Amino acid sequence: MKKKKTLKKPVKKVKKRPVKKLTKRPKRLTKRPTRKPIKKPKVVRRVRRKPGARKPKPIKHEARRPEIRVVERRISGKTDVYFNGRVACEIKNPADFVENLRKKRRMGLISHQMNIVYYPDFNEVRVNTTHGRTRRPLIIVDNGKPKLTDKILKKLNKGEINWSYLIQHGIVEYLDAEEEEDTYIALKPEDLTREHTHLEIDPITILGTSAALIPYPEYNRGDRINYGAKMVGQAIGLMASNFPMRADTKFNILSYPQAPLVRTNISDILDEYPEGQNIVVAIMCHDGYNLNDAIVINKSSIERGLFRSVYFRTYETIKKKYWGGQEDEIRVPEPGVKGYLGEEAYVDIGDDGIINPETRVVSDSVLIGKISPLRFLSAEDFAADIENRRETSVTVRYGEEGIVDDVLISETVDSDQLIKVKIRDQRILEIGDKLASRHGQKGVISLLVPHEDMPFTVEGVVPDLIFNPHAIPSRMTIGQLLELLAGKMGAMSGKSIDASAFNHIREDEIRKVMKSMGLRGDGKQVLYDGKKGMQYEVMIFTGLAYYMKLDHMVSDKIHARSRGPVTLLTKQPTEGRAKRGGLRLGEMEQQCLVGHGAVLALKERFDSDKTMVPICTKCGLVAIRDIAKNRSYCGVCKDSEVVWVETSYAFKLTLDELKSMGIYPKLGTEEV
Amino acid sequence: MNTLPLKIREELDGYFTQNRLSEEKKRDILNTVKILYAKSSYDPEEPVGVVTAQSLSEPATQMTMRTYHFAGTAGIQVTLGLPRMLEIFDARREPRTPTMTVYMKKDHQNIEDVRKIASSLREVKAKDVILSTTTDLTEVQIRCKLDTKKLASLGMDPQKVSKCVRLRNTETLVEGDELIVRPKKVDLKNLHKLKYSLLESHVKGIRGISQVVVTKEEGEWIITTLGSNLKKVFEIEGVDYTRIVSNNIFEVLNVLGTEAARNVIIKQAKYTLEEQGLGVDVRYIMLLADLMTVEGHIRAIGRYGLSGQKASVLVRASFEETKKHLTSAAIRGEKDDLRGTVENIMMNQVAPIGTGAFTLVRRLPGLAGKKEWREKPRRTAKPKKPKKTKKPAKIKKTRKPKKTRERKAKKPRKKKK
Repeated sequence: MKKKKTLKKPVKKVKKRPVKKLTKRPKRLTKRPTRKPIKKPKVVRRVRRKPGARKPKPIKHEARRPEIRVVERRISGKTDVYFNGRVACEIKNPADFVENLRKKRRMGLISHQMNIVYYPDFNEVRVNTTHGRTRRPLIIVDNGKPKLTDKILKKLNKGEINWSYLIQHGIVEYLDAEEEEDTYIALKPEDLTREHTHLEIDPITILGTSAALIPYPEYNRGDRINYGAKMVGQAIGLMASNFPMRADTKFNILSYPQAPLVRTNISDILDEYPEGQNIVVAIMCHDGYNLNDAIVINKSSIERGLFRSVYFRTYETIKKKYWGGQEDEIRVPEPGVKGYLGEEAYVDIGDDGIINPETRVVSDSVLIGKISPLRFLSAEDFAADIENRRETSVTVRYGEEGIVDDVLISETVDSDQLIKVKIRDQRILEIGDKLASRHGQKGVISLLVPHEDMPFTVEGVVPDLIFNPHAIPSRMTIGQLLELLAGKMGAMSGKSIDASAFNHIREDEIRKVMKSMGLRGDGKQVLYDGKKGMQYEVMIFTGLAYYMKLDHMVSDKIHARSRGPVTLLTKQPTEGRAKRGGLRLGEMEQQCLVGHGAVLALKERFDSDKTMVPICTKCGLVAIRDIAKNRSYCGVCKDSEVVWVETSYAFKLTLDELKSMGIYPKLGTEEV
Repeated sequence: MNTLPLKIREELDGYFTQNRLSEEKKRDILNTVKILYAKSSYDPEEPVGVVTAQSLSEPATQMTMRTYHFAGTAGIQVTLGLPRMLEIFDARREPRTPTMTVYMKKDHQNIEDVRKIASSLREVKAKDVILSTTTDLTEVQIRCKLDTKKLASLGMDPQKVSKCVRLRNTETLVEGDELIVRPKKVDLKNLHKLKYSLLESHVKGIRGISQVVVTKEEGEWIITTLGSNLKKVFEIEGVDYTRIVSNNIFEVLNVLGTEAARNVIIKQAKYTLEEQGLGVDVRYIMLLADLMTVEGHIRAIGRYGLSGQKASVLVRASFEETKKHLTSAAIRGEKDDLRGTVENIMMNQVAPIGTGAFTLVRRLPGLAGKKEWREKPRRTAKPKKPKKTKKPAKIKKTRKPKKTRERKAKKPRKKKK
């Protein structure tokens, strides 16, 4: 009986006799969940599919006609319940079931870590209690009223109750991604309606830690917030206050960090870990030196310590014990050890084989002198006193230098000696370093201008940084302009300014305050050319902004090579800065030279692995060169003529590889 | 004047006769044109193929980034931008949106005639004249209600329709304005399938043409169609079959021949690029189209076409499917003459193009009178011929002298795409 009833419903509209289709497809449901639907949704095709189910067929011509529609459902009229992804049972009334379970959770009868959701389209209830679900707290709303009342808030402020009280008493609950699908969350208490199920604790909770640090985020385009948050993560700051004691592999510390002048509501927490400095910014061009996101910096500001940072790197080694009683030795290696670097390489290390603190070191300086056994020795070898030691000292990486900051000697869990040497290097801001504001506006320093050549105001204020106005229109980071204005007001009035998302001091108020201090409300100022001393024809927008030095410094990246190491296999130059590699003339560059017909230049560029190869004129294979007897002959034909041919070593290698494939690559030679 | 191509010559002649110029002036103009023509031509040994590849791939990368569509404009939605470029150069059998531009003969230039022709072009399928269908499971048949009004406007009646939709192993009946299709064997399972093939069956018009738009361009009535069927359209009265254009390259190849297909490739590629606001010199596209069609059929640019059919083993192996080419070359005992660019770069030799195409010879004054003075070109150990033969165990002596097929190297060498 019931079955028939449900079948009729969609049919009515169609005015046609329904035809039952005998296929198994995800069933639809008659009843909707508890939450009052905003409007009764029209029954138009909405076949959602179970994950893993077959893709629904594209709408065929026939489906568009007001004709036959096939409604499928489960015959039993029951709903599956999945517990942690496995079918647990069947239930009759899913909506009631879910509501009931939620009620019990809020009452504290079931663990608050349980999340439940009902999918009407799949006709499934899913209960999850597993670990690894990201969950977030929300205030429960009942009939349009948040459960977190003023009374409870007062108690909370007094400290009479705490967070876990809120959870235990069903005021706040944690939702996972699945249960969130079943909710209607209000961002602000003002937005609440009867349909809402939850309320956001604070609008800012929609932002993460880094994004919440951005001032005036709602004035920026969304992607800029994204970039900004990413760059906040790359900023050099004070990553830990116990950094002198730490021995991380690599970290940077800003020498003179500042808390931001234009702050957000989580700045209070993060003031202990600042990541930038408040600097004076003028938005103007400067002889084209700040074109395309380049940044012009006041050289004198750098000399006063702007964005100075210290770079730390820890080198470590373990004095290992090997099978057979052999072990590493930590000491100054003596001549004769395999791979001995020469006497002068070891002058800085002490008698114990370890360098002393406060020693200046450069690339390839030995920090820890170490000798390792080369291989296992048999008794005879041992008796023969064969040199069996190899130099394995720890040296400073290519391209790095500094001063030994700290030496740490400890033990590993296997009771091997562990030595760590921490190197410190002061990094003064230079051309090529990367700076960014908090609005996704990054740039590379292109010019350092002496103080006397920088533009100045009547009062003699000189900007630290000149920012190109062209970076603004296309990116639409209005938040940055507001930050400059607010920063200026903060600096002039000696107050820090709140610029939290959705909830901050208004622009017109800033303008009012600025005016009351005798400044222009729009942040513009008359500036004078630092070189000519003449007033600029237009007024310049100036202000204070919180800038960050990002962890991309030229000194870590600069690299060039004329000669250097090659790889063993191909005899071609190595790759990468750390290996002093060459810069590859790639396929497209090659084609470019070909396109210009500059073939001789091209050949010269590819001469890095050129070799002379002896070729047998008879069999066409690579012949043998006997250096001792100073003659070349073919290993196959013995007494044939051998000619020398110039090719790339890589080609010779290709020939060898072809031979290994069972292909006989025969080179025909011809005199020219 | 013979140094100039025919088209320029004709144009100049036309200009001269039109303007009645003095002989002196004519000579001046001719000389200027000659100089300009010589200037605009490529130098010998210039790598045209590489330049072509670069000139086409640079805008192509631009295209991946911005392909704009004209939504909602009157006319037919055609595949454009990069997808279309891929279609052309990959030599896809069937374009995603085949279209035709049909011109009318002079005596059919009135709107009524054009409309009539247009409507006769459009394919009418059974689904277009069927109002609704019912799958009758008890009787095992499909009942279709026909749109009699529409049928009348098409000049048809249910009887005619029933003749058109004759499906295999079925019988078709007409019952008033209902069409009944009944499989000869009782087959419940395939009844549904049957319905689909019934709805898709051809009733009237030209097969494959699903949409027709009539427009007026430059004072002339034009029919643009979605779907292409050159052969059938040629037969229609009033259509100017000398000017009809299809964008289906393979259809043009089959109906009109290779030269026409080449022209379609050029026109379509040019149109696609220009439509995106990219200006590429036609001659690059022409070179590419030439390469695609030299062999009489259409070759794609890529693994299964041009790049996979190059003369040099090394070049093919360096592109794609290295092992396949190497092993097949070994089995056939192929010989590489090392005349191309890529091979020589691989071997670090001076490639015979551009500056490497020539050897400089100079007779030294001191050596002038000496006997047997031999030219010493600057290339030292150039042509080596790697011959690849499968190693026949150890019977070296019995190996016959090289009898490899020497393939003629094609002149313009296109780099991999």
